[in-house]
Amino acid sequence: MKPWKRRGARVIAGFDQQEAAVLRGLVRQVEDMLRARADSAPKDELSELTGIRTGPSSAPDDPVLKRLLPDFYRLDEQAGPQERAEMAALRSLHEPELVDAKIGVAGVVLETLSPQGGEVRLSLEQADAWLSAINDVRLALGTALDVQEDMPDELPEDDPRAPHLAVYHWLTYMQESLVQAMAA
Amino acid sequence: MPAAVDPQVDQEVDELGKTDKPWQTVVWNDPVNLMSYVTYVFQKLFGYSREKATKLMLDVHHKGKAVVSSGSKDKVESDVKKLHAAGLWATMQKPS
Repeated sequence: MKPWKRRGARVIAGFDQQEAAVLRGLVRQVEDMLRARADSAPKDELSELTGIRTGPSSAPDDPVLKRLLPDFYRLDEQAGPQERAEMAALRSLHEPELVDAKIGVAGVVLETLSPQGGEVRLSLEQADAWLSAINDVRLALGTALDVQEDMPDELPEDDPRAPHLAVYHWLTYMQESLVQAMAA
Repeated sequence: MPAAVDPQVDQEVDELGKTDKPWQTVVWNDPVNLMSYVTYVFQKLFGYSREKATKLMLDVHHKGKAVVSSGSKDKVESDVKKLHAAGLWATMQKPS
């Protein structure tokens, strides 16, 4: 793909079919993980009556989901039961909306990027949704690949992560280009 | 029907709260988020100038973390939530 271009209140880029398939596939996977997490939340009649939803009170075990849905506090070993209880309550309270927001931005990518690829024209609001969605995909892939700050551009060919790292770098390039277009 | 909450009670709590140190929003360094994106998010979410946003981003990058906003517990909670939606690693803390 070529870099994103800003045209007034629009940002524009073109995707070939393979690029579109890769990006849509990754966005959908993240969306599926988030939906599964939301479905695992406790359901109770009181929440259905009041409309106030409560999410899970503990962090996901899966490292990818854990990175997408961080804790509100960073507690050390000495943290007391009250702080732990507050942290659990904050997660319960906010996680459902956070999951909705992430599923929402994933939906914007899936709606605006045709499976066949082609030109994508976004409003600035849609472009912000794309930035968040691409970032979520990079967080997911980066966590799964255990990406570090000093990550080489390429891994040795016999490293099973090598082809996936190329996708990660492509996503980085695309996000960087979209940020530049938005900040222009 | 229960009585309405006396608004004066809330005021008292507010006044007490003002004497406390404010809550802080902390953003932590991570190996995935792009420097340009983090700067963009600080500008967009907090309305910071590019200079201020860039300085905070560099603090996160070089020092491992930075306090990016502060205020009441509700405000900081809301800021952390917006940062999580943007994919940044943010937490809240109350300085002791």
